[in-house]
Amino acid sequence: MTQLALVIDLNVCVGCHACVTSCKEWNTSGPAGYMSDDNPYGKDPTGTFFNRVQTFEVGAFPMTETVHFPKSCLHCEDAPCVPVCPTGASHKRAEDGIVLVDYDKCIGCKYCSWACPYGARELDEHQKVMKKCTLCVDRIYDESLPESERKPACVLACPTNARLFGDIHDPESEVSVAIREEGGYQLMPEWGTRPANHYLPRRKTRMHIHEDELQRADNPLKKEERLPRGPVTEPTLDDSTSW
Amino acid sequence: MHPAFSVIFLTTLIGVGQGLFLALVTGQTYAAVKIVPMQDPVTFFAWGSLVSLLFLAAGLLASFFHLGHPERAWRAASQWRTSWLSREVIVLPLMMAAAFAYGLLHYFGIDPVIWTSPEGTSLSLTLAVGLAGSVVAFALFVCTGMIYAAIRFLQEWATPLTVINYILLGGASGFTLAAAFAAWTAPELVRFFGGWAVIITVLAAGSRTASLVRNARLKPKSNLQTAIGVRHTRIVQKAQGAMGGSFNTREFFHGAPQAVFQAVKWTFLVLVFPVPLALLWAGMDGADRGLLAAAFAVQYVGLLAERWFFFAQANHPQNLYYQAA
Ligand code: SF4
Ligand code: SF4
Repeated sequence: MTQLALVIDLNVCVGCHACVTSCKEWNTSGPAGYMSDDNPYGKDPTGTFFNRVQTFEVGAFPMTETVHFPKSCLHCEDAPCVPVCPTGASHKRAEDGIVLVDYDKCIGCKYCSWACPYGARELDEHQKVMKKCTLCVDRIYDESLPESERKPACVLACPTNARLFGDIHDPESEVSVAIREEGGYQLMPEWGTRPANHYLPRRKTRMHIHEDELQRADNPLKKEERLPRGPVTEPTLDDSTSW
Repeated sequence: MHPAFSVIFLTTLIGVGQGLFLALVTGQTYAAVKIVPMQDPVTFFAWGSLVSLLFLAAGLLASFFHLGHPERAWRAASQWRTSWLSREVIVLPLMMAAAFAYGLLHYFGIDPVIWTSPEGTSLSLTLAVGLAGSVVAFALFVCTGMIYAAIRFLQEWATPLTVINYILLGGASGFTLAAAFAAWTAPELVRFFGGWAVIITVLAAGSRTASLVRNARLKPKSNLQTAIGVRHTRIVQKAQGAMGGSFNTREFFHGAPQAVFQAVKWTFLVLVFPVPLALLWAGMDGADRGLLAAAFAVQYVGLLAERWFFFAQANHPQNLYYQAA
């Protein structure tokens, strides 16, 4: 079994929205048709996006930290949005675990969007069908592209490499290793949806310097100066332990 | 959630249609065991079925306004194995077919006795169709209620009370309509239907209040911490990923001021329960057509408010990602 997924590293995401724009660019130009965009430069811009980057401030000033949070369909392994669909337009592919909407079958009843706790689905205001991240399914298998480019558009666009893509069921894949070793976690685990996408937490690289590293514990004078030496004829610690 | 008028009308209208159908069959069942007098098959049962059918059809029509692609609605019958919405799409036409058949058989007087018990109680064809239709009516209530109760993320809805409320509120409005309808077509049954309407309305008041109490005590399962996976007690959203609105800010918020929200709650609590009860009580004596019709009209308007509130009260976990909306 394969379960393709994104792993998003919140530690390096700088909130530049490159993934948002390249996602929209790729998917609005694709064979599945455009993604609506109303008043893009006007007063109330609104449109369909598969991916959005939100920003949160954690903590109280001055101890604050800004967390940029890219958000898209998580391709849940127990996708609650799929069984509720009355038409079968929403489905989860057995071969790679991608959750997709068949735009030709969707009747735009919005029921699936109610059944997604993450708000990952958006009804296209003009095409009147449900849309969501496809993991660039029209790109990742395209053999006319060089192998290094057979990745979702957002992954290729990310300047800080905050987005990893791969099979989370393969324990040795880049994404599985990242989840395992960097503390990857799932969103709202309390609902049992088992999201395939994982997030890597903010990680601080801290240096711990202990008191005794600054001050030599074996210094009998408790003072930073040359240790008094005994007479050279006496055996030193080195002499007794180096055999 | 954003209350969509298409769904508000769909659920309230078919509720009346189903309730009225159940009332007609209840009347016929009681008549079959000779507790109440049998009514004229045409003026009472056939026209009654027609009224029920009209409500069901109006509900069906309203539902199409909810869809982005109504022309593909037939596809919605395919996933009945997993989707309550799909089941409703199948059962609603069945319900209409049952009401149609029930009315048609009565209209043409095709009513052979198909079974007689040793005590002499007979089961006629129309009654058999009516009883089968009643099963369908209950199935439809269950489907409609389960569409909402089955979404575990909407904790306000994810309770058996949702299904019970749909049954009782639909039943109450249908029996109230039956009482008003009887005032014109079968005055001797006004007390019978009015009595049932009172009983069901009182039961509905109990179950709806129970769900209000339950929802007031609800603890949300998710919070912003689990939503973004950052364990800190103070998290403030600075950007939602869209400058204007998005589907997420339109579909999942009712957008009404708190005062309106509360006002709608009290409106429905008054209009669905005490006022129709008083009107029914007053109208049952002497089968006052005006009062009974008013009882139904007031209760129906109240149910529109009830349904609005039902949707508005449900708080979707995705709203955690849209703190400023
Ligand atoms: S994130 Fe939402 S839309 Fe995507 S698979 Fe999970 S439940 Fe479905
Ligand atoms: S909006 Fe489309 S994909 Fe979603 S449940 Fe309805 S038919 Fe299925």
